[in-house]
Amino acid sequence: MAVVQTRNLTKVFKQGEQGAVNDVNLEGHEGEFLVFLGPSGSGKTTLLRMIAGLETPTAGEILIGGRVVNDLSPRERRIAMVFQSYALYPHLTVYKNIAFPLKAQKVPRHTHKEKVEWAASLLGINHLLHRKPRELSGGERQRVALARAIVREPSVFLLDEPLSNLDAKLRASAREELERFHRRIGTTTIYVTHDQVEAMAMGDRIVVLHKGYVRQVGTPTEVYDDPADTFVATFLGSPPMNLIEDSDVIVGFRPEHFRVAEAITDPVKVPLKFRVENIEYLGAEWILSGFLVGGRFDGKKAVSRLLFGNEFEIGKTYDFAVPERRLKFFDRSTEKKVEARALAWQ
Amino acid sequence: MAKLTPRIVAAKMLHWCILIVFTVLLAFPFYWMVITTFKQNSDLYDLNSNPFIFNAKPTLDHLKFLFGQTMYVRWLGNTALVGVIVVAITLLLSIPAAYALTRLTGRWGQRLGVLIFLTYLIPPTLLFIPLSRLVAILGLQDTIWSLVVVYPSFTVPFSIWLLMGFFKSIPRELEDAAMVDGLTRFGAFVRMVVPISISGILTVVIFTFTLVTQEFVYALTFISPEKNQMVGVGIPIFLIRGDVYYWGSLMAACLIASLPIAFLYNLFLDRFIAGFTVGAVKG
Amino acid sequence: MAVNPIENSESPALGENWSAAAAAPPSRPKWTKVKSAGAAQSPLLGAAMFAPAVLYLAAIIGVPFVLAIMYAFSDVRIGSTEMHYVGLENFRSIIQSPSFRTSLENSFIFTFFSQVIVIVGSTILAIALEKKFRGRGFFRFLILLPWVAPISLGAIGWKWILDSLYSVINWVLVAVHLYKPYSAPMWLGEPHLAMASVILVHSWRLLPFSTVILLAGLTAIPKEIPEAAAIDGAGFWRTLFQVNIPMMLPIINVAVLFGIIFTFTDMTVVYILTAGGPFDSTQVLPSYAYFTGILGSDLAAGAAVSLFLVPLLVVIAYFMLRVAHRAEVV
Repeated sequence: MAVVQTRNLTKVFKQGEQGAVNDVNLEGHEGEFLVFLGPSGSGKTTLLRMIAGLETPTAGEILIGGRVVNDLSPRERRIAMVFQSYALYPHLTVYKNIAFPLKAQKVPRHTHKEKVEWAASLLGINHLLHRKPRELSGGERQRVALARAIVREPSVFLLDEPLSNLDAKLRASAREELERFHRRIGTTTIYVTHDQVEAMAMGDRIVVLHKGYVRQVGTPTEVYDDPADTFVATFLGSPPMNLIEDSDVIVGFRPEHFRVAEAITDPVKVPLKFRVENIEYLGAEWILSGFLVGGRFDGKKAVSRLLFGNEFEIGKTYDFAVPERRLKFFDRSTEKKVEARALAWQ
Repeated sequence: MAKLTPRIVAAKMLHWCILIVFTVLLAFPFYWMVITTFKQNSDLYDLNSNPFIFNAKPTLDHLKFLFGQTMYVRWLGNTALVGVIVVAITLLLSIPAAYALTRLTGRWGQRLGVLIFLTYLIPPTLLFIPLSRLVAILGLQDTIWSLVVVYPSFTVPFSIWLLMGFFKSIPRELEDAAMVDGLTRFGAFVRMVVPISISGILTVVIFTFTLVTQEFVYALTFISPEKNQMVGVGIPIFLIRGDVYYWGSLMAACLIASLPIAFLYNLFLDRFIAGFTVGAVKG
Repeated sequence: MAVNPIENSESPALGENWSAAAAAPPSRPKWTKVKSAGAAQSPLLGAAMFAPAVLYLAAIIGVPFVLAIMYAFSDVRIGSTEMHYVGLENFRSIIQSPSFRTSLENSFIFTFFSQVIVIVGSTILAIALEKKFRGRGFFRFLILLPWVAPISLGAIGWKWILDSLYSVINWVLVAVHLYKPYSAPMWLGEPHLAMASVILVHSWRLLPFSTVILLAGLTAIPKEIPEAAAIDGAGFWRTLFQVNIPMMLPIINVAVLFGIIFTFTDMTVVYILTAGGPFDSTQVLPSYAYFTGILGSDLAAGAAVSLFLVPLLVVIAYFMLRVAHRAEVV
């Protein structure tokens, strides 16, 4: 059964202006880790806040557990939310922070201690219960925020970019902790982020949003290997997919599929000569950028991503190629995915 | 959260009730000043007439009396003059001081700043007696110059504190960049920091001017002759002749001296708050 | 696997622009000195920049403060240049004077009650003003008036409103038949009423200032925290008393401390409304100091009276520093 559902959900902040969220229909399944992915301004946070009850929709419905919750206040929706800044109550100890929802929901007093300690041990913060938020590190604060969210055993978790306040090193381990936490608890989770790496790593399904519209919903494999439009194609994957305009279509191919022709084992491949203008060595891989030479794509920019690149030189042209099955085609005017077609390459 | 439940309607009504009650309580005296200013004496001093309406035609007599037959205009002039000069002195003393305490002196500078702020807590009602002597010794007794000399004692600490808050919010990199480009420290201060802080400086100007116009004790103590008095003291002391209160003119005088300042103050209040929360909460 | 480039191609010559730029030295205005952005602190320049302010304050505040203490132990009078040490004589006679004792007591009553009214009132008002609504700016302007207008002028306005004969309040009370004509309260003429009036006028004056400070504290609360409370299940009152107000405590403290100082050391409201009367019932320390020292020409006694303000100021200053320090940590 769908735990969370939205139907034609729309939010317009200022009359006459473009909506922040436009006609969004989606479903979150039981136990799923659903990611809202998009750049800033894509509406992902507004969408999340409407589900939480912090923003009122302009049109459309929100359903939680099968019933329409548009008119319910946040506390009545049985959801829990972790904010980007964690929003811990600075004047309360960790224990009191976690106990606060229990107090507010008038859960019987004598059960508080037990529940708080259960939530705290799930996140390994029992030793921090008497500290105040300002004495904690970023990672510890995240765990307190999660404990406060889980203590009420909500039906849905909403997380608003909880990793973006952590520095890069911490982010990877915090991400892993979140994944383990989700596997352990199994609560349906909606996770908002602008980081496509996080989305790919953590999501069971990803909802890609752009300017308030849903561009594609799918598993990481689906959105990466079979993008619905050029936005999804370039937003996922770093460096982004190479997109080349050609008459009425846009042809796309990912940098990792654009390699030295000899190295490609696919029988059907499209030869493209490539003049290297810039070489970046990133340790685990090399990024070559430059121009295509000759043929129908002469002069167009392209980027290649290789495991070994120390034999290339700037200014020289090489024989590269792309396996034909890896080419993606998008309609030039709508930017949406279209059927593959055969093109003459010379 | 969207529907207008009875609970939400009741909350909104309570909200408006509170606002209206407080606003009426706070602003009523000024409204009353307006009414009194334009009421004829016969109407004003008639116990049987409804005071909330004009039972006789409104009149400009009180205003004419105020401007024609009292020293009101002169007091306004005195106050304005003292205000301008004190603002200038305050800026000259407090802008460099605030900058020095924020940027140039590290920890002990911060502490000195707190100390200066504490002097703001030493009230005129403690210092006015010895100051009256000092003023007499300096020969400034009964002149507006006594106030010009003494007023910065409360405008300067306040201004330094406010400006410290503003200067703290300017990133250091700006001055560093200016110095890399060739300016001296002082040059960076004059050519970079001051122009950027114009909004803060303007706030200080307005608030200093307001502090000057509001002051009572020193003006009362140092100045006796009517023609040299400030408006805040002149009105209660000289417009009340013996036991006779010319209420119409009194209210007119109060109103005219209050409103322009109120407008200016309101305009700059947001900046003051910004400076206040940066400055005060951070010590 | 060897990779052979097909041809040697040249990239466009970027080098030309770079070398051109490197050749010309940057020009500097003549009047600036070239100095490295070295030490962030220049204590000498700093001292020079704040010296004028510090010297001025030392002269106009420090010196009189010391003088006040000296006067209190002497026999200085207006009109005479003599000054002799008289020990604790002034203090002895003041403490024995019933006027003084009443003033001291009144000062505390006056301060305490007006602070209570102001804090409760301004908290309510700050909460009402927090959310944006149409006309908020207009309301704010009106609400600020008592604070912005010169103290004496606002007090005169109230004097008219509380006038013994023509008080508009009394007219209303008589009109709704709560009082018979001519028997309505004498707001400034009867001792307890006079004290109440003075307290109310002073609270009226302070309320906007306190509201502004509390409003600043309220808007400084990150909006996600009340939202988290809403999601956690807290209603309006719980959020207010268990989240918002506790978080505002540092700034409430600041407002209270300022309020106490402004009230305890103010003489204007009393001077204008009642001149300390009737029968000293509204006399407070500062006004008593004025009447004794200036009108009574006994500078020494006046100084001694005003010195009694100091202990409270010291206590306030101590708490003020602690609050500022704690707020910094948060």
